[in-house]
Amino acid sequence: MEAQHNITLPEGSIEKKTTTLNFGPTHPATHGVFQNIMEIDGERVVSTEQSVGFIHRAFEKLSERRNLYQITPITDRLNYCSSPINNMGWHLTCEKFLKVETPKRVDYLRIIIMELARISDHLICNSIVGVDTGAYTGFLYVMQYRELIYEIYEEVCGSRLTTNIGRIGGFERNFTNTAFEKLEKFLNEYPKVLKEFESLFTRNRIFMERTQGTGGISAARAMNYGFTGPNLRATGVDYDVRVANPYSSYQDFDFTVPVGSTGDNYDRFLVRNAEMWQSISIIKQAYQKVQEFKGTDAEIFHADVPEYYLPKKEDVYNNMEALIWHFKIIMGEVDLPKGQIYNPVEGANGELGFYLISDGGRTPFRLHFRRPCFIYYQAYPELITGGMLSDAVVTMSSLNLIAGELDA
Amino acid sequence: MALTNETIQAQLEAKFEGQVTAFSTETGMLSFESPAALNLKVMQYLFDELGFTFLSDLCGVNYPDNVEGELVVVYHLHNFVENIRLRYSIAVPISKPDVFTATKIFESANWMERETYDFFGINFIGHPNLKRILNVEEMDYFPMRKEFPLEDQTRIDKDDEMFGRG
Repeated sequence: MEAQHNITLPEGSIEKKTTTLNFGPTHPATHGVFQNIMEIDGERVVSTEQSVGFIHRAFEKLSERRNLYQITPITDRLNYCSSPINNMGWHLTCEKFLKVETPKRVDYLRIIIMELARISDHLICNSIVGVDTGAYTGFLYVMQYRELIYEIYEEVCGSRLTTNIGRIGGFERNFTNTAFEKLEKFLNEYPKVLKEFESLFTRNRIFMERTQGTGGISAARAMNYGFTGPNLRATGVDYDVRVANPYSSYQDFDFTVPVGSTGDNYDRFLVRNAEMWQSISIIKQAYQKVQEFKGTDAEIFHADVPEYYLPKKEDVYNNMEALIWHFKIIMGEVDLPKGQIYNPVEGANGELGFYLISDGGRTPFRLHFRRPCFIYYQAYPELITGGMLSDAVVTMSSLNLIAGELDA
Repeated sequence: MALTNETIQAQLEAKFEGQVTAFSTETGMLSFESPAALNLKVMQYLFDELGFTFLSDLCGVNYPDNVEGELVVVYHLHNFVENIRLRYSIAVPISKPDVFTATKIFESANWMERETYDFFGINFIGHPNLKRILNVEEMDYFPMRKEFPLEDQTRIDKDDEMFGRG
């Protein structure tokens, strides 16, 4: 057979004492477009050759021709399980770069949305770990609360998965009463569901035996591999961008950073569950703070940045200045200041960084996304080598790999 | 001793005797440059002596007007203990874009350098597996270089019928 020059076979595949298994790119157990050509000895993984980039869409190049507000929909498509965090991260980067001060109410509303997104992301990841260890119930049961979170997004911005939520300076509109009602419903009902979800898994013998001691990594190796987020915290390093470099007024909130010890699949699961409890607490605090704004203060939902925040439609029709700003924003005629900024936020699966370079033009000169799972997926061969093939599947889902983010 | 941007700058200046230059602080982050050949020495010093043990980000930038330094590699390093970040960049000519690999210091640099090679064609000397990662292997150009501009959005010579308009 003529050699296929596009595929690199893993080392040792010629002797054929072991089996070569092409796992992915569209395998139901990879939950995304990931290819691993594994060399297996019976059920033990000997080595693996990863290939990524199947859904690469050249976001960084596209961004070089787009105005700031046109880049927000691109960030939706990075980690699409928690798009609002990406959107907010991008807005926060722009605001820090343009030195825009946002009102406290905007910060708190953003935190509500970001923590809801974190819950929905962790919920998917943890329930998929359950599915891969043979427990479908949890996944189907918690889906209705992800649905409720999506309904809240829908009330705020009109869309559900790729949200494009918020604008530079704040939100596109104030939260409606329905949004707050749905939020209250979520805060009332979800803790019970999470409790049930935990009691399905946390002390479940089958689940514990499948996840404990598999896919583990030491803290030192994890740091060297560039792990961030829950995967790093599961190894025992208490690094959280929300605490290390607070943004969007996270310093006003009281929460703890859960850590694990062994960095294995079970610890990652526990850390994510504990973080969901923390997120619920943060949302409650933020909602309370939002309710304390009365009168005209409760109407504030964006900062005053006419250069970047679209004016109200009736003003565009009736007010010359608003019309000019509307035109300038839509036609992209606002020049950016010169400079560079690296701004990280705590995404649901790690430190999501935006590195923006501007040469004073209307679009970024260069925009680089630090995508957490692109960086920590490198460690996958080390995590699974020597283990069982079925543990490799669980490890892949417990790392919370999102193909959209990985391939950018 | 708590690290600050000033103490880092002073220690780097003392250690590398004027070879590390262009210090500046923008939005609170210290950034500096050095000749490309020094990159491993500087990063190893930062790693061992100043505790910058985490590579947050590594990426390339193309400045076509920067003669003999058209391609730039930018490292973002983070010291978790002191919670301080810095930006370190090196420039290489596009005709000979050779940079020493940081994979011996940071395992995480592996794929980030492959990505930088993939998009900018920067040749990381000593990299264990320097080949394209996100683009197809048959590609024979480096798409993020500025010599490949995106289509002008305002061009009018398109046939509207082909785009569902008109």
